Amino acid sequence: MAEDGSTPLVEAVGIAKRFGPTVALADGNLTVLPGETHALVGRNGAGKSTLVGVLTGLLRADAGEVRFGGRPAPPLGDRVAWRRHVACVYQKPSVVGDLSVAENLFLDRQPRGRWGLLSPPRLRRAATELLDSWSVPVDPDVPAKELTVEQRQLVEIAGALSHGARFVILDEPTAQLEARAIARLFDRLADLKKQGVTFLFISHHLPEIYQICQRVTVFRDARHIVTAPVAEMDHARLVEAMIGEARGLVQVGHDRPSVPPDTAPVLTLEAVGVPAVAEPVDLTVRRGEIVGVAGSVASGKRELAEAVVGLRPRTGRILVGGRPVRAASVPAALRGGIGYLPADRNSDGFVPGLSVAENATMTVADRLGPFGVVLPGRRDARGRRAIADLDVHTAGPRQPVGELSGGNAQKVVMARALARDPQVLVLVQPTVGVDVRSKESLLGVVDEETRRGRGALLVSDEIDDLRVCDRVLVMVAGRIVAEHTRGWDEAVLVAEIEGIGEKDV
Amino acid sequence: MSETLAVGAPEAPPQPPKRSPRAVTRLRLARLRDLALIPPIIALLIYGYTLKPDIFLTKSYLVDTVLKYQTELALLVLAEALVLIVGKFDLSLESIVGIAPAVAVFLVVGQTTALGAPWPTWTVLPVTLLFGALIGVFNGLLVVRFKLSAFIVTLAMLIALRGLQLAIVGGATISNLANRVPTIDNLGSLRILTVPLSIWIVVVAFAVGVVVLGYTRFGRSLYAVGGNADAARAAGIRVERVVWTAFIVAGALAALAGLMLSARLGSVAANQGNGMIFTVFAAAVIGGISLDGGKGSLVGALCGVVLLGLIQNVLTLAQVKPDQIQAVNGLVILVALVLARLTSGKAQD
Ligand SMILES: Nc1ncnc2c1ncn2[C@@H]1O[C@H](COP(=O)(O)OP(=O)(O)OP(=O)(O)O)[C@@H](O)[C@H]1O
Ligand SMILES: [Mg+2]
Repeated sequence: MAEDGSTPLVEAVGIAKRFGPTVALADGNLTVLPGETHALVGRNGAGKSTLVGVLTGLLRADAGEVRFGGRPAPPLGDRVAWRRHVACVYQKPSVVGDLSVAENLFLDRQPRGRWGLLSPPRLRRAATELLDSWSVPVDPDVPAKELTVEQRQLVEIAGALSHGARFVILDEPTAQLEARAIARLFDRLADLKKQGVTFLFISHHLPEIYQICQRVTVFRDARHIVTAPVAEMDHARLVEAMIGEARGLVQVGHDRPSVPPDTAPVLTLEAVGVPAVAEPVDLTVRRGEIVGVAGSVASGKRELAEAVVGLRPRTGRILVGGRPVRAASVPAALRGGIGYLPADRNSDGFVPGLSVAENATMTVADRLGPFGVVLPGRRDARGRRAIADLDVHTAGPRQPVGELSGGNAQKVVMARALARDPQVLVLVQPTVGVDVRSKESLLGVVDEETRRGRGALLVSDEIDDLRVCDRVLVMVAGRIVAEHTRGWDEAVLVAEIEGIGEKDV
Repeated sequence: MSETLAVGAPEAPPQPPKRSPRAVTRLRLARLRDLALIPPIIALLIYGYTLKPDIFLTKSYLVDTVLKYQTELALLVLAEALVLIVGKFDLSLESIVGIAPAVAVFLVVGQTTALGAPWPTWTVLPVTLLFGALIGVFNGLLVVRFKLSAFIVTLAMLIALRGLQLAIVGGATISNLANRVPTIDNLGSLRILTVPLSIWIVVVAFAVGVVVLGYTRFGRSLYAVGGNADAARAAGIRVERVVWTAFIVAGALAALAGLMLSARLGSVAANQGNGMIFTVFAAAVIGGISLDGGKGSLVGALCGVVLLGLIQNVLTLAQVKPDQIQAVNGLVILVALVLARLTSGKAQD
């Protein structure tokens, strides 16, 4: 393979792919040079994951050609050959949860012992060697489902490299990671890059692109728009290429009116604790206020949110608009006026086989007709409204949510949270996997809704999310350790989230 | 939700429409997929006609020789469909087919004084339904409350109920029921507009089922729970209650199917219902109900039942020997599965 950079390592030319009536990719072009880390960006539904599917040989393109090192890609059926060329860490986990890490790494090519039987000790040894050689600090014996997202990704990368591939695709690897884990991942990528591994990196966090990538390709509306060195694409130009107009982004919430301290509370937590996770917490959200709860994965912030919406048992009292809400019952929380957006849309956000309209109205099924009847007309009308309000990229209210791109599915889950006209919204990591413009509009929705007297509890560790908040509480190890009003310093907040500030205060 | 969302900035320009003019037709086609089995059904009708041109396509043949024998199966498939859609299994339905009418009939005409028997004959229907529902309650209890595997729970229940039935019926057959129990007589011989009551029951049950599954909260929550129980729970659906209800309704429907079978035969045999569950699953899957939950329609399931019924008839007409018919039947089910997969274009799982 030519190392001079003239022969691209990977080349995709004129890739087209339709799913029924949806054009997922009309003209996908990509050239990745050996040794570079190449960014692929674009709005939700632009066709990035579809191109990944074609590049990994899992999707058959309707038109176009893929070349590796100048030679045509192997036939689709030949998985072994594909895996020698390209490996991928997908947007969704692709490990077998109940098998151990070692077994996952050597699925279908386990080392044999005597009499051709599988040999667990050899398997262990081979897995340990493999993990060590790429310095992945994971025990090969634990079941894959017990890994953290970060560990799982590293295992998937190590497994990929062990097939001989030196080209690795990372589809939104940082979306589910917290800041420190992202930093560690980037260190690893830098090491691997030095060892000659080439990456295609997909992310909606544009600063990351500048941090680790040399060139960037932008897709918009299923088409290739531009490929350029990152140095020539400043943030504004990048955004412009992605959204197709020059007006740039605005900081949502910079002009929020301040909420007077004597405003009536809409959500009150009185000594609300989550057994074994969070110590009793007192917290109020006033009408018109967005309160952020920041913290690392281990802080218990997500569990606290789940307790508030009734998904977990809790202690203490919760009042919405002055009225107590029964514990550990989601229907009670919904009826009490809480709207909920869960942290992980794939696991508890949506039902993939059901339509956009049905998912978006799942919380209001009792309002779609008399006597428990659901009128499809009314449901679809509400679905269409949600699609318009939240700018969901879909073929229509009847399309199954499982067919939507990641970010668009997230918007459907947001619609579901808003559907019941809640007094207070509980949002956990609401902008995971959402593109820059849609992030603006999702946060814009929260901004707008709270201006009309609702409250919002925004649980997140994304700085962009927290900027919208009127107050930010920081949680560490199940306790609230700090509170900030608007105008906080990012460095201080990050330090507190990571628990560094705690010792000093 | 708000009518308009003045986001902190003007909205993005509308995305260029990515819908081809065919989008609308595709949505309609998606519904037509439920009817994917219609072509093979028509093919079988034509084939049957070539075998017996004089009688096959007459109403009396189709109703009294083909459909009448499928009514119990159809109700069972309806029952199983509910449980499958919600993402569970119920194997015990086939033993409910035997035990529910056996218990009800035993209390009315059995040689016993237990529980104050003999009970009045009108109790047969309510007792049958109640008994089936109770089994459903028990299955639901083990599956929902104790979080046991539905497959194993209902398998054990299947075996236990079979044993109980043998004990009650005593290896013999409780027969001559039509003369002794008016309900059973009616169920077996009453005709409305020249069509047997049992067929009407199936038609009504499926009509109600289609409406409930498609157009009520309960029906839609079956799909939501079967498709992703965690998401359903986070959206405020009472997942446990929905699953439990599905088991109870399925139990009652299976009991009704059992009573209809007893009525058609005029007896309760010790092995009534034995082996039906395989055909039930075959019909459901051929009809497009997913064993993984969350997918499938009753119209498809009904087509599956009709298809299997026609196949059996055509096999008999084609003079396949009785001792071979079971093997041929198994083969034909496989072929039907493949055909259904091809014509519907959907993967079966
Ligand atoms: N299996 C499928 N069936 C139907 N439509 C699909 C399918 N997969 C993708 N699509 C559609 O193709 C388009 C492109 O999707 P893709 O997943 O490639 O977007 P993406 O750029 O990865 O977006 P995101 O940033 O949200 O992950 C979307 O409009 C999506 O709805
Ligand atoms: Mg994607």
